[in-house]
Amino acid sequence: MVPFLRNTWRGLTSMRTALILLFLLALAALPGALLPQRTLNANKVADYIAEHGWWGRLLDRLQFFNVYASVWFSAIYILLMISLVGCLLPRTLEYARALRTKPVLTPRNLSRMPHHSESTVDKTPDEVIAQATRALSGWRKTEREEENGARTISAERGYLRETGNLVFHFAMLGLIIALAVGKLFGYEGQVIVKADGSQEFCNSGVLGYDSFQPGLRVDGTDLTPFCLKVASFDVNFLPTGQPDLFRANLEYQSEKDLDTGTWQTYGLEVNSPLRTDGDRVYLLGHGYAPVFTVTFPNGEKRTMDTQWRPVDQVTFLSEGATKFDPPGITDSEERRTKQIAVTGVFAPTAQLHGSLLNSSFPDLRDPMVAVDVMRGDLGIDNGRGQSIFTIDQSMVDDGRLKRVARENLSVGGEVKLDDGTVVRFDGVKRWVYLQVSHDPAQVWVLVFAIAIILGIGASLIIKRRRLWVRVVPAADGRTVVEVGGLARTDQAGYGEEFERLSGAVTGGKN
Amino acid sequence: MVNETLARFGDWTYGATVVVYVFAMAFALIEQAFGKAKPRRAVARQLATVGGPSTSVEEVPAVEARPAERTRSERFGRMGAALMVLGALLHFTSLVLRGLAVGRVPWGNMYEYMSAVSLVAVVTWIVLMKKFPVRRLSAFVLLPIVILMFLGGTVLYSEAAPLQPALRSYWLIVHVAAAIIASGLFLVPGVASVLYLIRNRYDHDQAKFVRLGERLPGADVLDRVAYRTTIIAFPIFTFGVICGGIWAEAAWGRFWGWDPKETVAFVAWVIYAAYLHSRATAGWRGGKAAWINILGFAATVFNLFFVNLVTVGLHSYANG
Repeated sequence: MVPFLRNTWRGLTSMRTALILLFLLALAALPGALLPQRTLNANKVADYIAEHGWWGRLLDRLQFFNVYASVWFSAIYILLMISLVGCLLPRTLEYARALRTKPVLTPRNLSRMPHHSESTVDKTPDEVIAQATRALSGWRKTEREEENGARTISAERGYLRETGNLVFHFAMLGLIIALAVGKLFGYEGQVIVKADGSQEFCNSGVLGYDSFQPGLRVDGTDLTPFCLKVASFDVNFLPTGQPDLFRANLEYQSEKDLDTGTWQTYGLEVNSPLRTDGDRVYLLGHGYAPVFTVTFPNGEKRTMDTQWRPVDQVTFLSEGATKFDPPGITDSEERRTKQIAVTGVFAPTAQLHGSLLNSSFPDLRDPMVAVDVMRGDLGIDNGRGQSIFTIDQSMVDDGRLKRVARENLSVGGEVKLDDGTVVRFDGVKRWVYLQVSHDPAQVWVLVFAIAIILGIGASLIIKRRRLWVRVVPAADGRTVVEVGGLARTDQAGYGEEFERLSGAVTGGKN
Repeated sequence: MVNETLARFGDWTYGATVVVYVFAMAFALIEQAFGKAKPRRAVARQLATVGGPSTSVEEVPAVEARPAERTRSERFGRMGAALMVLGALLHFTSLVLRGLAVGRVPWGNMYEYMSAVSLVAVVTWIVLMKKFPVRRLSAFVLLPIVILMFLGGTVLYSEAAPLQPALRSYWLIVHVAAAIIASGLFLVPGVASVLYLIRNRYDHDQAKFVRLGERLPGADVLDRVAYRTTIIAFPIFTFGVICGGIWAEAAWGRFWGWDPKETVAFVAWVIYAAYLHSRATAGWRGGKAAWINILGFAATVFNLFFVNLVTVGLHSYANG
């Protein structure tokens, strides 16, 4: 058992295994770029599975639509981490030992070194040694005397290479741990907020969000408290339709402001999130909410400004469904014949082909809606959740929800139904799509990332090299100086530096 | 907002650059094809001149006619190198003009990005030509560059235009510049590794790549060129990815989200990490390491074309 474990450990921590694991990691990461991923776009995944039949279902079962949380991807990087630890521990010990040992003895035959020079100079051995010591400042060196009276200097430089290498690998481990901590204790939530100051969003619980992705240790009860409103939304487009500026003018209250009741302001832009008490608020998108007023036959009015979603990101042609419950009807059976939905498309700048509405520009130049007014049972009372952007198609198919009008309306335009109900298109509001993110460990990810850069730079650019000097007194009062050099890293390009150093050691040409 | 005149001059300079590179490539090919036509005799002559002092030509006037003949291909090679320098200057000018025309860094879309990558690759090669005996290989390096620039100037061309709001950040300068420098540098080891494999094949079996193999520099030189360039590019690439993370944190709400571009950058990073490890692993040095390097460059190219043009991700505005 023990030999088995030992062999497994050795096998796992060998460089060859690490290499194969690296390849597997690269290979395993690739499907995430080629196949749609649930975390990025769940609808696309559903489409893909529907399109590809058994193949799609097989890929789904094998977790190919959630690659980075899959069992096989996790297995590879966990094995790689173990392999890394197994490689690093002995190397760290070795490194600590090397730091305390003196540079190695001068080899007997320096001429066999890859770099070598020999010359005879008009100086005493003492002078040469002094000169060599000066030339080798910054090197770790030790002076020795050999049996035959020759004196040597062994010098070594570039210890930072191994330091950098170890820093890099440990930082890599640290980064992965910090990432994992973020996944445990972080959260992300998205919410649509009307950009007219009418709607206040508070980060008090999961229910305030349209969608919420908690970390594994987050239950949504202990979110950082803050509130915000979007007072207005500035946009500017170039004449070509290319966006030029997005700015949501926020009013917000941090935790301490909640007690005092003060509001702070912030111009939220694409590249500058609001950072408050460790939470970040981002501007992810924007869109339009057409405002409709329905005047019911009894004279009562209801106004709704439900957001519609852009279906074309260039022209901002949008679609949606604004739903109304008739007021003053207590009988639920009767009410469910009189519910109204205004559905269709909205164009910020109308372009008509006949009566077919399209949009020619993303900004509000000539807003228009092409609506179908539906009357009947919207299916909102049956307890099933439904999308705010669409009507329940099954109600239409059952004949319980019927189209009673189809019309193109400009701002102020209205359509009258057969029972006297009037639907009026009042105008347009803007909404912004915000994301709130919380990741307590991300600053550590940054720290480790910087350590990675420093480590990798040091370990690839610094060269580990050795230099030896042997000084032997010659018969005529002159001194023979022999210099040998060896680079301990491959392709180090030590030649030029060696030439310069050996020249400095001997004091130039004699 | 956009200075049309400057932009037009920038585009003309770009076209001129491509033409100059094509000529440089042709001249380098001439040297490559005719340079060492009779290798044994050439070596013998080289030895004679290397051993003697620089005045040897004057001392031996009898062979004056022959060295002239011998250096004809070399002269083409030198002209090719000079043209490359000229091309690089024009290339740089075209980028500066584009930048001045739009009042921002000239790497805001795919056309500009590819142009900048090509410039880095050319400059890298010019530096390497000074350090290593590789001038005659210029054609092999210029070929992918000319292809890149041709595609950039035709299919992927973008009119001079200001940036989208998402790209307006200081990180555009740092992050994209690092990506450009790393990609441009990675092109050179990619090419050198292909040539290394050819040379290696020839060394093991003289019947393989007979014509090309003997005209290439030694496998050790090619390996050294590939390795030295990669170890400079790799930290820059790492830096670029990390800057991307910092920017993504400010722009998209997370520092890493497995966007297709991020994923393929990660894959390329892991492959180059494997390349560096392979050189410290018995049985993986040489040929296998060269294959890994080629794979790494393939991932870099894939990231440029496939991810920008085929997949839909957050980096899609690269063609905008």
